[in-house]
Amino acid sequence: MKKRWICLFVENETGVLARISGIFSGKSYNLDSLTVGITEDKTISRMTISLTSDDKTFEQIKKQLGRSVEVIKVVDFADIAVHMKELMFVRVNHCSDREVDEIFKISKTFHASVIDYSPATVLIESIQTENRNNALIFLLEKCYANRIEIVRGGSVAIEALSIPKGTL
Amino acid sequence: MLITGAELFVKALKAEQIDTLFAYPGGQAIDLFHVLYGENDIDVILPRHEQGLIHAADGYARSTGKVGVCLVTSGPGATNLVTGIATANYDSVPLVCFTGQVPTGLIGNDAFQEVDIVGITRSICKYAVTVRKREDLAVIIKKAFTIARTGKPGVVVVDLPKDIQKEYGSDEYPEKIEIRGYKPNLSVHAGQIKKALETLNSAKKPLFLIGGGVSISHAHSEMQKLAEITGVPVITTIMGKGVIPTIHDLYIGNIGIHGSYAANMAVSNCDVLFSIGTRFNDRITGKIGHFATHAAIIHIDIDPASISRNIEVDIPIVADAKTAISALLEKAQKLDIGEWSEQIEQWKSQYPLFMKTKGLTPEKIIREINHTFDHAMIATDVGQNQLWATQFLELSDKKQLLTSGGLGTMGYGFPAAIGAKIGNPSKDVIVISGDGGMQMNIQEMATAVCYELPIIVCIFNNGYLGNVRQWQEMFFDKHYSSTCMRYRKSCPNICNSPTERCPEYTPDFTKLAESYGAKGIRVTKENEIAAAFETAKNTLKVPTVIEFMIEPEENVMPIVPPGNALDDMILV
Ligand SMILES: Cc1ncc(C[n+]2csc(CCOP(=O)(O)OP(=O)(O)O)c2C)c(N)n1
Ligand SMILES: [Mg+2]
Repeated sequence: MKKRWICLFVENETGVLARISGIFSGKSYNLDSLTVGITEDKTISRMTISLTSDDKTFEQIKKQLGRSVEVIKVVDFADIAVHMKELMFVRVNHCSDREVDEIFKISKTFHASVIDYSPATVLIESIQTENRNNALIFLLEKCYANRIEIVRGGSVAIEALSIPKGTL
Repeated sequence: MLITGAELFVKALKAEQIDTLFAYPGGQAIDLFHVLYGENDIDVILPRHEQGLIHAADGYARSTGKVGVCLVTSGPGATNLVTGIATANYDSVPLVCFTGQVPTGLIGNDAFQEVDIVGITRSICKYAVTVRKREDLAVIIKKAFTIARTGKPGVVVVDLPKDIQKEYGSDEYPEKIEIRGYKPNLSVHAGQIKKALETLNSAKKPLFLIGGGVSISHAHSEMQKLAEITGVPVITTIMGKGVIPTIHDLYIGNIGIHGSYAANMAVSNCDVLFSIGTRFNDRITGKIGHFATHAAIIHIDIDPASISRNIEVDIPIVADAKTAISALLEKAQKLDIGEWSEQIEQWKSQYPLFMKTKGLTPEKIIREINHTFDHAMIATDVGQNQLWATQFLELSDKKQLLTSGGLGTMGYGFPAAIGAKIGNPSKDVIVISGDGGMQMNIQEMATAVCYELPIIVCIFNNGYLGNVRQWQEMFFDKHYSSTCMRYRKSCPNICNSPTERCPEYTPDFTKLAESYGAKGIRVTKENEIAAAFETAKNTLKVPTVIEFMIEPEENVMPIVPPGNALDDMILV
């Protein structure tokens, strides 16, 4: 089992999201995250999907997606270099003054930012790779167990210009 | 000129050369039926149930190679299509299904007879779409027909809201369209063909495995030529049976759970398995890790997703069967495989398919069909009746089989035969059905009578849901749970064999046939078979129902028990 990233160019039509997510649920494929947004061409949407699977299932998934009429192109990010970022908000509740200070420090270290706070609550915004966001959560969960709320957006990615392979 | 959506619908059907429409009306389709009133170029067939309707369109499409077209109303009309959509799509049958829908402004309001049919069918069809704007209508219909009939054919659902049917708009219908997300493979990779031939030529024990894809791409004569030039023996799946004549010297039989001994032995022992147009469904592979373990596997399929899914393939070729086989023919050569051919002959004669029961047996009935009819379409239902048919029917380019292979839908056979007869009025159309499945769409007897279709309906009445009963007998301690069709309230709730005291079967199929205005014949003895078919053949305007009273506990043999490898079968 391995983490994978693909991107789909799909028709910007009603029902396409249901069609794509239906392929995953109907065929018991594991879907970790899916983001979708319109592109410069208003008739096309672009999806970034992360999933976990073995090699054989992954090949099937790509084929199944590719044969859908609504899917214009499937791109496997294993083959190319991409910039990839995920937007995440974390709210930490019931903080002491000392903890608030600490959260400011953590944010700085993790290249996240505190975008809002009230005396006992801090709101962090983190735009990072999924792995970096995981690391931030790991730390926050350890320090502020049962006091955090997380909203993750799923990743978006775009092909890199400068390097041939890997994630920037 | 400005015309309504409904008028454009009819114009589009004509442009697509649709001359037959299977249709059942209702409130949200009434505008469409209004423009069809008195229409001379399109035969509008009114079945008695939408499930019967779509199976008829399916039988029509399979037997003519044309697209089958359905038109139904919204809500229940649309949901009644669901089983038929899955049935046809699973067997790659080209259908376009138009469903009425509540007006766009009411969608989402839980309006009367509103269902999200696109949402319901999305995972069981090739493409499903709701028309949301009148200006999109022409392109969507064009797209629907293009997608249904090209590539791996399938079912397209077009949901037509009532306001769009009524709205005026352009009368233009495109001749061609581009669908950017849909590019079926039209060519074949020359390098892969070369590799495949090299592998085949080096084989000592080669075998062709032919699936339904070869039949769908109409590559019968090419395939036969390829087999004859190479001299390589042929096995088929149920869906591929008949691609080369079943009496051909090179034909071995079907493989699979109820395949022939020789075919299953051949696939288990071959060194090159050259498979074309099959998805290696679990019914044909048996225990997957033991399937064709000694063989290099070549696989041609139009659907990339069918390749290396169930079986790891050594040489994949994504292409239409006909294109690929034609390419193979250019370089194919005779193989020297005398020993292998002898071995196969030996397996064939060692355990030929036969039924040992005395008297009236399915084998004898089917052999009489082989003998009596020269140009025929034979539709089967699902169950033992279907399995016997696929074992004993002789098929060729003049005798075609229509059967629900992928979904295995009981109730398919009879309505499919109605569609086949409508599409092939000059051919004999015969149905082989069980007593259970026959009752799933028996209402279509009225359709067959009204449209004067002299279909010959053979009901193999064993009084049981025989296929399930056989499994209960063999693998579930003979607990006949809910499989006896004679069961009545007065019966003991535990029963594991028929006795003299069993209640009468209901319905009386012959009387039922008569009440519809069809002919009914009951056959209880072997020596009545031929006469019954003779009468049926001479009945020209109405269907003939022949109820064959067969042995209740007859089994389909041989069988590969669940979990076994193909060469590990129970033979008698
Ligand atoms: C719609 C549907 N329901 C249930 C089944 C499961 N099933 C497969 S074969 C069979 C028995 C069919 O009985 P009958 O039509 O009498 O045919 P026989 O096997 O006796 O020839 C059943 C219930 C099915 N294939 N399709
Ligand atoms: Mg039966």
